[in-house]
Amino acid sequence: MSGFIALWCASAALASALLAVTRPGIVHGLMWLVAALLSLAGCFYALGASFAGAVQVLVYAGAIVAVFVFVVMTVDATPEALAEERARLSGAWRLPAGVVALVALPLLLGPNSTGLEPGPATVPLKALGALLFGPWAIGVEIASALLLAALMGARHLGRRR
Amino acid sequence: MTLLAWLLLATASIVLLALLMVAAGVFTWVERRVLGFLQERLGPNRVGPFGFLQWVADTVKLITKEDAAPAGADRAAYILAPAFAAIPMLTGFGVVAFGEGWAVADLDMGVVFVMGMLALTVYALVLGAWASRNRYAMLGGLRAAAQMLAYESFLGLSLMGVVLMAGSFRMSDIVAAQDGLWFILLQPLGAALFFTAGIAAAHRLPFDLQESENDIVAGFMTEYSGMSFALFFLGEYIAVMLVAALGTTLFLGGWYGPLLPGPIWFGLKVGLICLAFIWIRAALPRPRYDQLIGFAWKVALPLALLNLLVTGWIVVGRAG
Repeated sequence: MSGFIALWCASAALASALLAVTRPGIVHGLMWLVAALLSLAGCFYALGASFAGAVQVLVYAGAIVAVFVFVVMTVDATPEALAEERARLSGAWRLPAGVVALVALPLLLGPNSTGLEPGPATVPLKALGALLFGPWAIGVEIASALLLAALMGARHLGRRR
Repeated sequence: MTLLAWLLLATASIVLLALLMVAAGVFTWVERRVLGFLQERLGPNRVGPFGFLQWVADTVKLITKEDAAPAGADRAAYILAPAFAAIPMLTGFGVVAFGEGWAVADLDMGVVFVMGMLALTVYALVLGAWASRNRYAMLGGLRAAAQMLAYESFLGLSLMGVVLMAGSFRMSDIVAAQDGLWFILLQPLGAALFFTAGIAAAHRLPFDLQESENDIVAGFMTEYSGMSFALFFLGEYIAVMLVAALGTTLFLGGWYGPLLPGPIWFGLKVGLICLAFIWIRAALPRPRYDQLIGFAWKVALPLALLNLLVTGWIVVGRAG
């Protein structure tokens, strides 16, 4: 049952990701991106990684894309801008994109896809935390240093003259 | 899972949804009466005994009103936005443990799940604002986006102290860890920060600058009418109840209490917090917007981090 739900959510994620990059209106594209992220969260839940699923909803769908929307909202969606976007989307990119999709298709249908068959092994959160602050501590620290650098950069750009 | 278990779960979910919507309706009446009392006027007192049936009359009125989108509105987003206000809040109640074993889905990530659902409401405000093609709505939407980001960041941190002490994100585990001593006594700073952020997350006065009617009409929902307007309000009232339920679980010992059965204690505590929300609404004026955002980032967030740090020291010190 959870395997079926995972596949269902994965298909929804794929479809909404496709729509996210092909919609001319940028806010509509972002909404499909949210749909893709939420479907991905559904996948995580169904496969037993409920913490990853919850964090996906909280951080990606709830915060990061919300910042995108915040910025994009102020861009005026004039008919001219929409027409320009449509013209860009109808270019010659379809052929290479189709070829890439054909190449990637065996990855979806190949024998590895049986890896989705779930042992309903839920990931215990304490084990995850111990991993993040044990063997992966340096990775976590590097990521936090990067965020700190971004924070200082934003502070510098936003300072009052 | 057997078919019977699925059926039971489906029935429990439907009953919970129906109860929540009725509770939201009754809440509107209680709020108007209590506000009336606090402001020395009567409030709605004509429909039914003490005006109790006012919310039924309002619902009928809202259902039958025309729901007209403004010309030039983005139809899809305009229709989707109110759904984003109500559905995540209703979903969030799925993991709330109302009593021992009284939860639709007692997820091991319960608290994080509710936080995620609270975070999703930002789309209701922002999408509704953007889709309306209205300057006032846009101002409200921009305020909403910045405010939600500021307040959700320390909402999460303020309740981490409790999670550390209980050692679990599961609602029922957190309640079980408070047998005898409620976390509000051990985490007073966390509780104060949580309820401050909770008011902002449910966008209630005094943190409702995104719809503050004395400067931007009704903010993000200026253009909404009829049932989609009602969905925004449903979302807001259920958000208040969700924050109250989360606060009860985290800080007020959940379903624990003498004599009465657990779910009744839970309901009483949630009702008390909701009344406090109404009281705060009547008592406090709105801050200026820069004060609001400055308080979140410069005061509340460092305090929440400090609270987490000290709690961490104590928990580790007692364990080791």
